[in-house]
Amino acid sequence: MSLSANSTKTLVLKLLAGALLMFGFAVFVMPPIYDLFCEITGLNGKTGERYQALPAAIDTSRQIKVQFIATNNETMPWVFKPSQQQIYVHPGEEVEVRYFAHNPTGRDMVAQAIPSVVPFKAAEYFHKTECFCFNSQALKAGQSADMALRFIVDPDVAKTVNTITLSYTLFDITAVTEG
Amino acid sequence: MAHGPAQGIRRWLYTTNHKDIGTLYLWFSFAMFLLGGVFALVIRAELFEPGMQIVEPEFFNQMTTMHGLVMVFGAVMPAFVGLANWMVPLMIGAPDMALPRMNNWSFWILPFAFAMLSSTLFMDGGAPNFGWTFYAPLSTTYAPPSVTFFIFAVHIMGASSIMGAINIIATIVNLRAPGMSYMKMPLFVWTWLITAFLLIAVMPVLAAVVTMMLFDIHFGTSFFNAAGGGDPVMFQHIFWFFGHPEVYIMILPAFGVVSAIIPTFARKSLFGYSSMVYATAAIAFLSFVVWAHHMFTVGMPLAGEMAFMYMTMLIAVPTGVKVFNWVATMFKGSMTFETPMLFSVAFVILFTIGGFSGLMLAIAPADFQYHDTYFVVAHFHYVLVPGAIFSITAGVYYWLPKWCGNMYNETLGKVHFWTAFIGLNVTFFPMHFAGLSGMPRRIPDYNMMFADWNMISTVGAFLFGAAQILFLFNVIATIRSKRPASDEVWDRPEGLEWTLPSPAPYHTFTKPPPLS
Amino acid sequence: MSDRARSVFRRLCLGLFVASFAAQSFAAEVERWGLNMTEGVTSVSRNIHSLHMNILWWCVAIGVVVFGVMFYSMLVHRKSKGAKAANFHESTLLEVVWTIIPFIILGIMAVPATATLIEIYDSEEADIEVLITGYQWKWKYDYIGQELSFFSLLSTPKDEIYNRSEKNPNYLLEVDEPLVIPVDKKVRFLVTANDVIHSWWVPDLAVKKDAIPGYVNAAWTKVDKPGIYRGQCAELCGKDHGFMPIVVKAVEQQEYDAWLAERRAASAKLKALSEQTFSFDELYAQGQQVYEQLCAACHQANGEGVPPMFPAIKDSPVATGAMDKHLDMVINGSPSNPTMAAFGPQLSELDIAAVVTYQRNAFGNNMGDQLQPIDVLKAKQ
Repeated sequence: MSLSANSTKTLVLKLLAGALLMFGFAVFVMPPIYDLFCEITGLNGKTGERYQALPAAIDTSRQIKVQFIATNNETMPWVFKPSQQQIYVHPGEEVEVRYFAHNPTGRDMVAQAIPSVVPFKAAEYFHKTECFCFNSQALKAGQSADMALRFIVDPDVAKTVNTITLSYTLFDITAVTEG
Repeated sequence: MAHGPAQGIRRWLYTTNHKDIGTLYLWFSFAMFLLGGVFALVIRAELFEPGMQIVEPEFFNQMTTMHGLVMVFGAVMPAFVGLANWMVPLMIGAPDMALPRMNNWSFWILPFAFAMLSSTLFMDGGAPNFGWTFYAPLSTTYAPPSVTFFIFAVHIMGASSIMGAINIIATIVNLRAPGMSYMKMPLFVWTWLITAFLLIAVMPVLAAVVTMMLFDIHFGTSFFNAAGGGDPVMFQHIFWFFGHPEVYIMILPAFGVVSAIIPTFARKSLFGYSSMVYATAAIAFLSFVVWAHHMFTVGMPLAGEMAFMYMTMLIAVPTGVKVFNWVATMFKGSMTFETPMLFSVAFVILFTIGGFSGLMLAIAPADFQYHDTYFVVAHFHYVLVPGAIFSITAGVYYWLPKWCGNMYNETLGKVHFWTAFIGLNVTFFPMHFAGLSGMPRRIPDYNMMFADWNMISTVGAFLFGAAQILFLFNVIATIRSKRPASDEVWDRPEGLEWTLPSPAPYHTFTKPPPLS
Repeated sequence: MSDRARSVFRRLCLGLFVASFAAQSFAAEVERWGLNMTEGVTSVSRNIHSLHMNILWWCVAIGVVVFGVMFYSMLVHRKSKGAKAANFHESTLLEVVWTIIPFIILGIMAVPATATLIEIYDSEEADIEVLITGYQWKWKYDYIGQELSFFSLLSTPKDEIYNRSEKNPNYLLEVDEPLVIPVDKKVRFLVTANDVIHSWWVPDLAVKKDAIPGYVNAAWTKVDKPGIYRGQCAELCGKDHGFMPIVVKAVEQQEYDAWLAERRAASAKLKALSEQTFSFDELYAQGQQVYEQLCAACHQANGEGVPPMFPAIKDSPVATGAMDKHLDMVINGSPSNPTMAAFGPQLSELDIAAVVTYQRNAFGNNMGDQLQPIDVLKAKQ
């Protein structure tokens, strides 16, 4: 009996450890894996971090239409829009566009813009060298800002891609930054 | 200790006896089944005809959410744990479960979890209203205040399931009678062993996902909030990483139950025992790599969409093997159709129909039309009601004489079966049509073009509900009846449980049984 | 041909005739009862329909074989018929066969399914692009590059929903302003959401795409038949999930161009209205309309709300407090309760002025003050 009791104890400990491991796996491993997975596959059109511009040949034989979309999430009252709706770029060339933001409210606010690119397969080839989305943006009551975005479309982007849509959703994170 | 049970309420509060705990689990799950059934009837009553009549949309959403949660975590899972508690030690010749005290705990925390969950109905802002799949951000930023109670209730249910699963594995691994090798175990024991491993693998994931919700709601993290760099779609991935194996947790033990019943009433051994074991393992394994088929419309990359489609289609193969094996077991048997067999045969037929619609849903492009419609509702109710519920009912009729020592009333059993069978099909079959013609799920009101099907469904639902009252009556009448069952109960059934007297004594197999 | 054969032949012919007649009326019955998936009006929807029918017939065929064997044994191999149980319980050959056959069937199904999937994902080279945003509980359509955007709301009256008047045939599937697209043109939909997850679904187009806050999904359609196509939100998005239908009106190109011009003129006119001054009664009446369409879903028609999620307007500190605070709440939303969205970008200045005026004077609030569109315009800047 003592042998069985002992082996039961080890087994139970192993199973418990397994359960704990799965809990840890879900909380600490799955989110980073998911982010990595998103970056590789372009899931949800997530784009990478700041891109270090490497001198690359500009492919003048191709032209890609890049569209800009701006949306406000839920309670976000800012005026938020791109300075132009769309531009044509050659893969490899670095382009700058600007987004306009205005805080019409009577209180100081902080916002965060979340980028998303469609088609997903173009997301990993859309490199931002400078973007207002890398940081949160604070605007005092009634203040306006002209925010810069510089990007390069990688010449390796699939040949079938001829339109890339870049969307920014503006979230109000004032409460989070204060609290 | 080798005496009978203690008297009164203490017997049930302090019990460490696997039979007592099994009984507690079964009664508790039946109570939850009735509660979840009442929620379902509220839903069906509101959907009886177009227009809002009985409840407001807000309450309707609370009903769909609570119905799902109570049925999945309160009715089906505890019922199977109850069957395992009663039957696993008897089937493997063990004196009790390996961890009797933990067994007591894993049951007694459940009523608290469900009391907490049900109490949310009376709270300000109402019960959880975001569906049993609780997708963020509807369940986080936009949730009613009661979401915190929901999260703790889920934690407790998870803890209970994990403890139960550990206990079952320890029992099966360590307490088998000498000579009971793994490949000699009854299939019910096998399916439960695999289910228990699934539980240990995925219940912590559920606990993790609600914990992340809790942190997002109260502690300012952003796991599922895009504003803080999180992603609401990640919620769905983690949820379904739990959710899909969960579906098999609710059906694998059912395979075990019918694999015990069909051979008895066909008077012929189970066809392809080892392929049944392998098929169960294959289904369990595949269940970890198909989760995203619940999210075909969420916007996945093409390659992901294809991979999940192919994997999902693959599940049809081992599932098919099981169905073919049951049919081959019946083929050239010498069949009789007592109540347990009727429920088992209905299980095979209706589960297969649920499997067919599952195969249709696996085709990703077609899923763009089926997804989140009543076609899906029809599909999973065909898998879960005749699947889980019918197999549990079959199991209860099959083993009840062994448990209480009395034979149930066969006529009443058959009446119960036919009412349930007709009620079920009248309820759920029309949902296929409602879904195909475009009715989304989880809506409290609908256009007149869906009216006919919904009216039929509602009538069926009340019939099915009535059948369960009959079941309750039948079980109580059996326990109180004076028609003793024989020790074997059925015509030469296989299995150690039938070598015991009826009713099974409070302590059994204190000495391991000799195995031929 | 013998007499017997001739009579069998005659019966067969008659049977075929009856069957074909029955098939016709059967098809009509299918239509009337809403039995099956729609074939739709795009090549994708037709491909999906044929996939659906294929897999259905495969299932029926497998079902006939499996259930056939099963019912045969249940009828013949029963103890009451004196059947003696055989002794076999395994056959490797049989098991290999019934493992391989499903594989083959799945392979046959996977090929066209994959092809259709690739077609669904090819949203390149679109002629028109529309940004679709899901809100609790309405849709917003933004014609990209056309300077035109509008909200599309359920237009079924509350009286029909609460059974006080007879339901019209498009009950719950009608909106105040449908999405208009030209036929035979590839339309790309960019789908996103403002608050929670929604899903934009029109069965006839076979487009169902989740709308996720913060992210954009792409879908496309090319309708080949003018008509009105109706759908609904397909992802639980809160209280009025069942009340946010989608209506797509597909028209010929000229008609589309005309509509576009007219629609843009109308929105320019709406802008001009924000400079005008209105009487209290005009504002109140207009405000009541806006309130019932937008606010009543949460705050209820009687203004009593459903606290704590949806506070009351009646006697509320906001609606009976300072005018600028009240206006700020409507334009910018509530900083503490995300369910109270910012209506500034959603409504015209006139509508905001009207609804604020209404809220301050209805439900016994009787504040007696009013707001003009020009004040709203100032507050917005």
